[in-house]
Amino acid sequence: MDRRNFLRAIALTGAAATIKASGNIDILSEKFISSESAAAVDMVAVMGGEPEIMFRRAMTEMGGMSKFIKKGWKVVVKPNIGWDKTPEQSGNTNPKLVTEVIRQCLSAGAKEVVVFDHTCDDWIKCYKNSGIEAAAKAAGAKVVPAHEESYYREVALPLGKKLKSAKIHEAIINCDAWINLPVLKHHGGANLTISMKNYMGIVWDRRIFHSTDLQQCIADVCTYSKKPVLNIVDAYRIVKTNGPQGRSTADVANPKGLFISQDIVAVDTAAAKFFNQVRTMPLDHVGHIAGGQSHKLGTMDIDKLNIKRIKI
Amino acid sequence: MLKKLRVGVSIILFTLITFYFLDFAALMSDRFHALAHIQFIPAILGSSFIILTVLIILTILFGRVYCSSICPMGIYQDIVAWLSKKTAKKKKRYKYSKAKNILRWSVIVVILIAFFAGYPVLLGLVDPYSAYGRIISNVFRPVYMTGNNVLESIFTSFGNYTFYKMEVVILSMFSFIIAIITFLGIGFFAWKYGRTFCNTICPVGTVLGFISKFSIFKVRIDDSLCNSCGSCAMKCKASCIDSKNHTVDHSRCVDCFNCLDSCSRNALKYTPYIKRATDTKIGKTADSGKRQFLATAITTAVSVPAVLAQEKIVEIITDGRVPTRQNPICPPGAKSAEHLLHHCTSCHLCISRCPSRVIKPAFMEYGIGGIMQPVMTYEKGFCNYNCTVCADVCPNRALLPLTMKEKHMTQIGRVHFVEDICVVHVEETNCGACAEHCPTQAVTMVPYEGHEGLTIPHITPDICVGCGGCEFICPVRPNRAIFVEGNAVHQTRKAFEVEEKKEVKVDDFGF
Repeated sequence: MDRRNFLRAIALTGAAATIKASGNIDILSEKFISSESAAAVDMVAVMGGEPEIMFRRAMTEMGGMSKFIKKGWKVVVKPNIGWDKTPEQSGNTNPKLVTEVIRQCLSAGAKEVVVFDHTCDDWIKCYKNSGIEAAAKAAGAKVVPAHEESYYREVALPLGKKLKSAKIHEAIINCDAWINLPVLKHHGGANLTISMKNYMGIVWDRRIFHSTDLQQCIADVCTYSKKPVLNIVDAYRIVKTNGPQGRSTADVANPKGLFISQDIVAVDTAAAKFFNQVRTMPLDHVGHIAGGQSHKLGTMDIDKLNIKRIKI
Repeated sequence: MLKKLRVGVSIILFTLITFYFLDFAALMSDRFHALAHIQFIPAILGSSFIILTVLIILTILFGRVYCSSICPMGIYQDIVAWLSKKTAKKKKRYKYSKAKNILRWSVIVVILIAFFAGYPVLLGLVDPYSAYGRIISNVFRPVYMTGNNVLESIFTSFGNYTFYKMEVVILSMFSFIIAIITFLGIGFFAWKYGRTFCNTICPVGTVLGFISKFSIFKVRIDDSLCNSCGSCAMKCKASCIDSKNHTVDHSRCVDCFNCLDSCSRNALKYTPYIKRATDTKIGKTADSGKRQFLATAITTAVSVPAVLAQEKIVEIITDGRVPTRQNPICPPGAKSAEHLLHHCTSCHLCISRCPSRVIKPAFMEYGIGGIMQPVMTYEKGFCNYNCTVCADVCPNRALLPLTMKEKHMTQIGRVHFVEDICVVHVEETNCGACAEHCPTQAVTMVPYEGHEGLTIPHITPDICVGCGGCEFICPVRPNRAIFVEGNAVHQTRKAFEVEEKKEVKVDDFGF
């Protein structure tokens, strides 16, 4: 990939993000108009199927992966691999979903797909026991480490209120596009962890987040100039209590949901409302979502969006 | 032929155990801990009677084969001696010396007294296996990791992620210094005189040497053939062949078999056939005492400043007014600090094999007797809930093996929470890093009274395992707002109530 392509990609992502922020649809966003409905789909919500089935269906509604991933791109897929937990314990993104996302990126012509997460538990155990390392490698992705500070590079966050800079993994810095692939979970600190919270897996020093207003710092890190081209929320299995790890499978519910949007605030709002049906969770308790809206990263007013709802 | 067999077995065992200590990526299965279990002192301390019996029978049959082929420190010395021979300008010659039996047995007496007086550290210092383990863990493991990091940077620059970076740290200055001194000290004598350590200081050498006097197969000199030419004695790195008197001091012979081929008259044979049995007289030289003294003096001179520096650092970085850990946390399986103290010889195998790298050699945490024994530190990580490696590999049974279920229920320490300095209390913002890392939810976030949407840690120490996840991640400095207080005697934690799994029916999107 040459510099021109790279700049073009940056410009495009940047432009797309501004459009999302304004909540309007104009010329550029026509790129993402659904092929079937001809009206722009802001978000697709699917329920009731297996992870990969729901994802395939949702991507068709979104207009196919090739709308977001171009030929020859270096792509990062960033699941949540934070914990030494099995897929049934649901501490991490579902490996079947990870497989399908990678597969679609490659068929869209991605030159390379890289997968990583800055884990909380021992990274080797997380990568292995989550099933994600094996799934990603089998699907043709590169799984790279993220456990040492030297893999990260300092970037400025001029729009951040409390967090003015962060060390971000070089895989993200070097990629042409990245896909945010979190799992929906209860979270003892942030109350919920979804797409915005998943950014904490691309940064090195997270203690500073915790010590200087966690909710605000999450919103601040999401102002990083390179936004994900897609936010795909895995809600197939969710940790509803004792999150983000859960201590037994009694903490896990199986509501079989999946949400996709380019608007990170909207998709997190939707996922939070979905979670609220399993266990009460007022939106204002998940402070970083509102923080994201004030940063103009997206809208919480999802009733005004064109959401495609599908039950399988 | 015998020599080739000896060299072959030695190289295999030595390579395996050395790599087992180096192997941070766990390329070798943890099951190779058998290599450590067959060592002599660990077998005694771990009450592994079968292994002990086998080792003793082996000695009764064949002499000190343990020293020649199983003990990694012995093989290390052979390698050094071999290098010294290869690089020597003129031909290297060993010569017979008298046995230093008073020194040898004094060492054993002193070690035994110290051990039962609660200072197993002396035994740990001279046990050849443990001393070797410390050398590899402290000196060569960092070298190995650095090499890995060099390869990593090369491979990664080509987009190949076979290697990954490892942070290279010296876990304990004290243990590092001891290891360096051991490495250089024993290496020096091996370079100059061969197996000096084995036949002066090493308690295993002394005990097995004593048994070897009665062993069946021995290197024997046929009086009728020997012309006292001394060429065998020149080959003897144990300095135990007195060619003038046609005798071999079997208490010092380490069965290297180098002498067998050196005799042009075939007067030396390794046979069970008893022709004549004589032993050399007990003798001693003042020389080795002096060396001993020097070694001790140097150790003290080098380590005391390091010791003081460590203490000073601890003083500087902690704030005396805030509660902190009073009791050290011993690794899972230790049962109690007392049990650990009396069984551990600080071989550092648990430290080297711990995938989370949370075990370090203690300094003064357990007192002077437990110096260099393993202690948990939550500076760089925390104990993985689903890991039992340290307890599985310990050859001394200082850490007793744990099943996964037992590990989950073992409480090595209890959580303490200092609300006054907690971020949630001080800043009135969300944090919850501690609860996030807690595998049992002994730390959990509860609504913070008077603050809508804010949650604050709540602790249930009875269900805490003491893994240190909370302490590791707590962002408060210099003192943590949450920490683990060590249990001097490990406890079984209370079981947490597992709520019955209720299937929540979700039929709609909710938006």
